[in-house]
Amino acid sequence: MEFISHIFFLILSVVAFYIFGKKILTIKRNIHLGRPVELNDQPIARWKNVFLLALGQKKMFRNIPVALLHLILYVGFIIINIELLEIIVDGIFGTHRFFEPFLGVLYPTLINSFEVLALLVFVACLFFLSRRNIIRVKRLISNDLTGWPKTDANLILAIEIVLMGLFLTMNAADPAANFIISSWMKPLFSNFNEHQLHTIEQTAWWMHILGIYAFMNYLPYSKHLHIVLAFPNAYYASLEPKGKMHNMVAIQNEVLYAMQPELAPTNVAAPEKFGAKDVMDLSWKNLMDAYSCTECGRCSAACPANSTGKLLSPRKIMMDTRDRLEIVGKNIDTNGQFVDDGKSLLNDHITIEELRACTTCNACVEECPVSISPMDIIIELRRSLIMEDSNAPTEWNGMFSNIENNFAPWKFAPDDRDAWTKQS
Amino acid sequence: MKVSTMAEMMAAGTKPEVLFWVGCAGSFDQRAQKITKAFATILDKAGVVYAILGKEEACTGDPARRAGNEFMFQMMAYQNIQVMNAYEIKKIVTTCPHCFNTLKNEYPALGGNYDVIHHTQFLQELIENGKIKISDSNEWKGKTITYHDSCYLGRANDIYEAPRKVLESLDVELKEMRRCKSKGLCCGAGGAQMFKEEEKGTSRINMERADEAIETKADFVASACPFCNTMMTDGIKNRNEEVKTEVLDIAEIIAKAIQ
Repeated sequence: MEFISHIFFLILSVVAFYIFGKKILTIKRNIHLGRPVELNDQPIARWKNVFLLALGQKKMFRNIPVALLHLILYVGFIIINIELLEIIVDGIFGTHRFFEPFLGVLYPTLINSFEVLALLVFVACLFFLSRRNIIRVKRLISNDLTGWPKTDANLILAIEIVLMGLFLTMNAADPAANFIISSWMKPLFSNFNEHQLHTIEQTAWWMHILGIYAFMNYLPYSKHLHIVLAFPNAYYASLEPKGKMHNMVAIQNEVLYAMQPELAPTNVAAPEKFGAKDVMDLSWKNLMDAYSCTECGRCSAACPANSTGKLLSPRKIMMDTRDRLEIVGKNIDTNGQFVDDGKSLLNDHITIEELRACTTCNACVEECPVSISPMDIIIELRRSLIMEDSNAPTEWNGMFSNIENNFAPWKFAPDDRDAWTKQS
Repeated sequence: MKVSTMAEMMAAGTKPEVLFWVGCAGSFDQRAQKITKAFATILDKAGVVYAILGKEEACTGDPARRAGNEFMFQMMAYQNIQVMNAYEIKKIVTTCPHCFNTLKNEYPALGGNYDVIHHTQFLQELIENGKIKISDSNEWKGKTITYHDSCYLGRANDIYEAPRKVLESLDVELKEMRRCKSKGLCCGAGGAQMFKEEEKGTSRINMERADEAIETKADFVASACPFCNTMMTDGIKNRNEEVKTEVLDIAEIIAKAIQ
């Protein structure tokens, strides 16, 4: 019987990692549906961002109490997963606390610190659940999150709480073990005999590892994927001043050749699509941004348009982009290649009214703890609206024609540009 | 006032130390013209040899680009770069953060490479170098001023200190708004919003920002952008606070404070 459970565990582990790996590859493929963009310059500055923004969570510390609790979750998650190594070894070889003899006194120290972290994670998750459901922090109850996103967030916290509970229970029910936190729980198990304790310990052990495998496979479908993608996203974050917009070389050249026809090449390539109408027209970094978003809503809370009741929500821009990208990905999985479904990111997911409300103030970009730029997507969609669909509000058309004819966005005579020098 | 154009300087065989890029608002908007004149007065007093492009200056293309009209932006950029490169412009100072951002960050990729600084940085230099002296009995002394960060100076280009340093030299009390520096709230004008009505919502962005400014109970609101200036003035006017809180550009404040 023992033998069968080890085989079962081994198969389970292989299957869990296989399904996870496959989904990650699908996400990678989806991200690469985006336009190419070179983001490999200045490796030192990029690594600095990985350390400061991802590992150091620098942006989170704009709000210190929340940052500290988040840090506990994050450190807890990583450190406690070291224990996973032993769990997997024990599962495969039928050993019990495989590392204990090798580590000597270090072993209880390690497990004790895992237990302290587990308790802290437990408490932090309870606090975060209360922020979403009892305190009801504005950005965490906004309409953006209605339905699945709200459930997703609560589910992650609940799973974490259960996993930490199982980890502690497993240690508490182990008669040979006596660790710092789980020893408090021992009285709970004082009425059980050794056999029953063993069953409890084994059940907790199995549920814990099953829970972890389930959680791992849940990640790629969840907003929680940020724990993985925050790192590459920090590395590939823009190093340019935030005010600088991405240059459209095709249009730059078109203007140049119109002004200086002698420079125009004879074999002119077909004009590319201008701006972005769908996810494939965005850059791969925009698409990685979408998968990195954990829907915290700091962007929307800081957005001047959103806070004055406009439809625009930078968080929704990111969620829409991911949703659409997932639809496009499934379309490819089904058909072998993308078959036009008559839908697009622009219009079907993100409306013109949302896009028009952006003041390009960069508050969303500044706030994002995982280096996402919702503004970049907004601008690319705006470009498509104007240049592909000639869709602009009347006032903007007026502004464009004023710039074209009078060299200023208002209708003033260009000859009066220096009139101020003659005023008293 | 006597302001030389690049064409005049070229004809006279001289070159300015710096080109003053006035911008469309600074050139045509009645309120912003006052800022332009105040800054020109300071340049004169500091003995800076400067010139403007005059009728040869054109919109940088910023609002067109941010609205999504890249063609129009590229047309304007091409034209301006042709003019400035012909005059061999090296250094530019401008009173508009939007022009500043475009000239500094976006023209280089198109062949326009200049040393571009914002007027608040220029003022800071002039004060530090002793080119202009703040009067000990300046009219702002002891007053409370709140500074509204322009998005295109602040978040867009990380310029938070220069405008504050300039104001501090006046011996005034600087009072920050609830949201300031990298957390500063936009006035609502950027991204070509200046040129259209706001989308429907529960309130206006400039009203929300005006409320934050009023909350500080400062005597004056200092701005460093002609568009912020308009938006803040309108916002405060709507709250019937115009008598109490006037919105002034840092150039206007300094122009009145120097000996």
